[in-house]
Amino acid sequence: MAGAIFATPSAAGRLRSRRDMVVPALIFLVLVLVPAFAAATAQKFLIDLTARIMIFAVAAVALDLVVGYGGMISFGHAAFIGLGAYAVGILSAEGVGDALIALPVAILAATLFAWITGIVCLGTKGAYFIMITLAFGQMIYFVATSLAPYGGDNGLTIDARDTVAGLPLFKSDTNFYYVILLSLLATYAFCRALVASRFGRVLRGAKDNASRMATIGFDVRRYQLVGYVISGGLTGLSGFLLANSTEFVSPAYMSWQRSGELIVMIILGGIGTLDGAIIGAAAYLVAEEWLSTLTENWQVIFGPVLVLIVLFARGGLIGLCVRFWRRRGAFS
Amino acid sequence: MSGALVLIQVLNGLQFGVLLFLIAAGLTLVFGVMDFINLAYGVQYMVGAYLAVMFYGVFGNFFAALGAALLAALLFGLLLEFLVFRRLYGRDHLDQVMATFGIILFLNHAVRMVWGAAPLTLPMPDVFSGSIVLMDGLLYPVWRLVIIAAGLAVAAGLYILVSHTRLGMLVRAGAANARMVSALGVNIERLFMIVFGFGTMLAGFAGIMIAPILSVEPGMGDNILILAFVVIVIGGIGSIRGAFMAALLIGLVDTLGRSFSVDILRLVMAPSPARTVGPAIASMAIYLLMAIVLYFRPAGLFPAKGR
Amino acid sequence: MITRKPAIVVAAALVAIFGLRAGVAQAQDNLKVGLIATLSGPPAVLGQQMRNGFMLAVKTLGGKLGGRTVDVSVADDELKPDQAVIKVKEFIDRDKVDFVVGPIFSNILQAIEKPVTEANVILISPNAGTSNFAGKDCNQNLFVVSYQNDQVHEVLGQYAQDSGYKKVVIIVPNYQAGKDAAAGFKHKFSGEITDEIYVPLGQLDYSAELSKIAAEKPDAIFAFLPGGMGVNFVKQYRQAGLADKIPFLSAFTVDESTLPAQQDAALGMYGGANWAPNLDNPQNKAFVDAYLKAYNAVPATYAFQAYDAALLIDAAVRELKGDLSNKDALRAALKKADFKSLRGAFKFNNNHYPIQDFYLVKVVKRPDGKYETEIAKKIFSNFGDSYAKDCAMK
Repeated sequence: MAGAIFATPSAAGRLRSRRDMVVPALIFLVLVLVPAFAAATAQKFLIDLTARIMIFAVAAVALDLVVGYGGMISFGHAAFIGLGAYAVGILSAEGVGDALIALPVAILAATLFAWITGIVCLGTKGAYFIMITLAFGQMIYFVATSLAPYGGDNGLTIDARDTVAGLPLFKSDTNFYYVILLSLLATYAFCRALVASRFGRVLRGAKDNASRMATIGFDVRRYQLVGYVISGGLTGLSGFLLANSTEFVSPAYMSWQRSGELIVMIILGGIGTLDGAIIGAAAYLVAEEWLSTLTENWQVIFGPVLVLIVLFARGGLIGLCVRFWRRRGAFS
Repeated sequence: MSGALVLIQVLNGLQFGVLLFLIAAGLTLVFGVMDFINLAYGVQYMVGAYLAVMFYGVFGNFFAALGAALLAALLFGLLLEFLVFRRLYGRDHLDQVMATFGIILFLNHAVRMVWGAAPLTLPMPDVFSGSIVLMDGLLYPVWRLVIIAAGLAVAAGLYILVSHTRLGMLVRAGAANARMVSALGVNIERLFMIVFGFGTMLAGFAGIMIAPILSVEPGMGDNILILAFVVIVIGGIGSIRGAFMAALLIGLVDTLGRSFSVDILRLVMAPSPARTVGPAIASMAIYLLMAIVLYFRPAGLFPAKGR
Repeated sequence: MITRKPAIVVAAALVAIFGLRAGVAQAQDNLKVGLIATLSGPPAVLGQQMRNGFMLAVKTLGGKLGGRTVDVSVADDELKPDQAVIKVKEFIDRDKVDFVVGPIFSNILQAIEKPVTEANVILISPNAGTSNFAGKDCNQNLFVVSYQNDQVHEVLGQYAQDSGYKKVVIIVPNYQAGKDAAAGFKHKFSGEITDEIYVPLGQLDYSAELSKIAAEKPDAIFAFLPGGMGVNFVKQYRQAGLADKIPFLSAFTVDESTLPAQQDAALGMYGGANWAPNLDNPQNKAFVDAYLKAYNAVPATYAFQAYDAALLIDAAVRELKGDLSNKDALRAALKKADFKSLRGAFKFNNNHYPIQDFYLVKVVKRPDGKYETEIAKKIFSNFGDSYAKDCAMK
């Protein structure tokens, strides 16, 4: 596993060479071109599908920060999506429909929850950490299902997407698509910078050997908490985008199965690469979407595919690409 | 609220606890000994129940179905071990999570394709299908007593096995340092296979025993999985004693919570909100419990030694 | 450069996948229907019944609805509201459906109502019938052919009232539909509710609740525990010896989707519905026989209501002679509901929810060994829901 990480181009965090920038550049190029392609082939739903991919990619990138670089496997990240989404939903139901208020509230709610639960969770390690993050995710889920004035488990329809200082900038699907794209780009760039910074190096060092970092003099737990809180806040952004995109919020956004799917996405793409998070989210959602049109029993195919990827494609899809490059002798 | 009712609810809580232990025993064994996160445990539980339903259709007799299903579940588990799990020992937990997640997806749907989506049922064996009178108007099925007995037997058996037999010693040693044990001449792969097969059988056994009182449907293992993990985490991963204590604790907390939360809340709030807040807290109760336990004991109540 | 190749290959593959789908020829003059239901997970049996019912109708009508050949696309919402939104958007944008039929669950309806109706596509719900869409949020493009959720619970409340029960215990899951169920029951029952028990969703073991119920010795219990919860509760209720002592009134707890698992445990228990397989009219008899033959299972309300949805579309399209270009005319034709419903009398209220008869049903064992519900008593005739007055539509 360690070998796989250091063999991937972006393992060091910083985009060191032009080669490292190829994959993200290509990803964002494709994403930018999707609306034009959709318009040209008269397939408007492609914009909806890709928007959904990008929304989950934001969450996946944020999750990769703590899982791939921090070594903290959070099984409750869907809770942050839910908190961000419900911030939008509740504010909208109370008459506040401006993104300039809803977005900070969404991120703040997620950040606060991450901070409080992080303090408790980070006292544990390994499987215990996984379970306690799951526990907090479940608690928020049950709170949401009992919010009767906001639909409970039926969910809450949002009258209209948020306006920005009064302007309906999110109204058109295509415009909102670009908003989501910008959010993903910003999240990605921020996480890249974070991972390459001193903070990121401490985090990664703690993942490899926490006691060594503590001996050197770092307060490991504090660094991990900050990383966890940042990740939670960014995932709240994902929730804000999801609520606006679907114009609906529901406790189903924060079930433990969703948290599990996020983890699968980043493993699928390649842990600890950030690019992998985006590719993994895309691959998972596209597979789900495409396979389900082929057959109702698509999970019977998808399940074994996941198993095969784990067994034979270490490092996920990005790892596959790297090995492909290696075989061509282009990698030193 | 009478004293008799409280006593009965305590009995219900303990019974639920033993049920939980029966479910979680196999998981703590596999996880604790082999450091292997087996998310597919829930579907192994489900497959056991489905196999029992299928064999019941063939034999018409519960015990024959039980035996045949246990054997089939064991074979099935060993097949999975050989094909997939064997290659995952020693790999990162995340890889184990994804692989077993894929198996969950596959089996939940395969089961539906083979047996259909409608819930199925497994009848109790006739000899145990009676009831005893618990209080005026309330009967207690003898089968539930059988489940309690089975759970206690499994607990005792596992404890003896792990602590007082050579196999158990090898298993514990293998958990602490597999390479050393292998260097000492023990076939560690075969050992792990035995442990895994045993864990699979326990999962299937739980599924079969509980099927007569619950519905057998695709996805029935998913919620069980979460419960089982909560039990073993609170108890301390790898500890049979811990799993047993944790299961009883959770059983009591959950049952008493559901029974009396509303009454307790009614002391401080109006009946109407108490009626819905109570169950909401009751469903969160086991997670709150886990969070509290882990805050004070980050490795569970009875962490297995050497971990 | 060599290093760019794999990524380009991947990108090209993605383009090919999407491009390929665009190229699939869609026959222009076929009627297009998008069916959305929950087809995975434990509730899959309900979605399957819905799909089976609808497809059986299409088959019986020779693959045509209203004289036009129909293309039915089926999507699985996986009980995920945001997934459902994507699927219906695909139905609308990619498949250009004329009708969206579905869903099973209320929270999915809540999520998809807006995208479908705002695109001016007709949404026909063959199961979910929430109160908000019956009242203040009613919509001209939404037609519900099942019932308003509260009505079924009111059936049992009325029956309990008429039977002279003085003390009743209610047990429902702790979510929105559960709360609605309790409210619906209490609407018509004016006796004493000795206890309202809200159980966490997905609960398996009811010994605690059963002990409580036995201790309170009510005259009857009213249960709303759908799916696997109902199977577990009914089995355990019978095993605890309560079935012979305390009459069991329920909604959506003992129906043809759960009876195969409950079997003898459910015999003699009561439910409420707008239909039962033994409802005596020729079109229903034909339907039940055809369904049994095709799927080897007794149909439940999910199947018959989907069948009715197909009949509704058939009648409307037929009246318009296949021309759906005028949406107002289509809505008017649908509102007329001029079709032979399997339940007998059927008409729409001003809020596009049905006005129909409701019955008390009882679980029986059929001669062929399967289980079904049978009509025990008619409780309401031409019963409209209580939210229609809040709907602004005429």
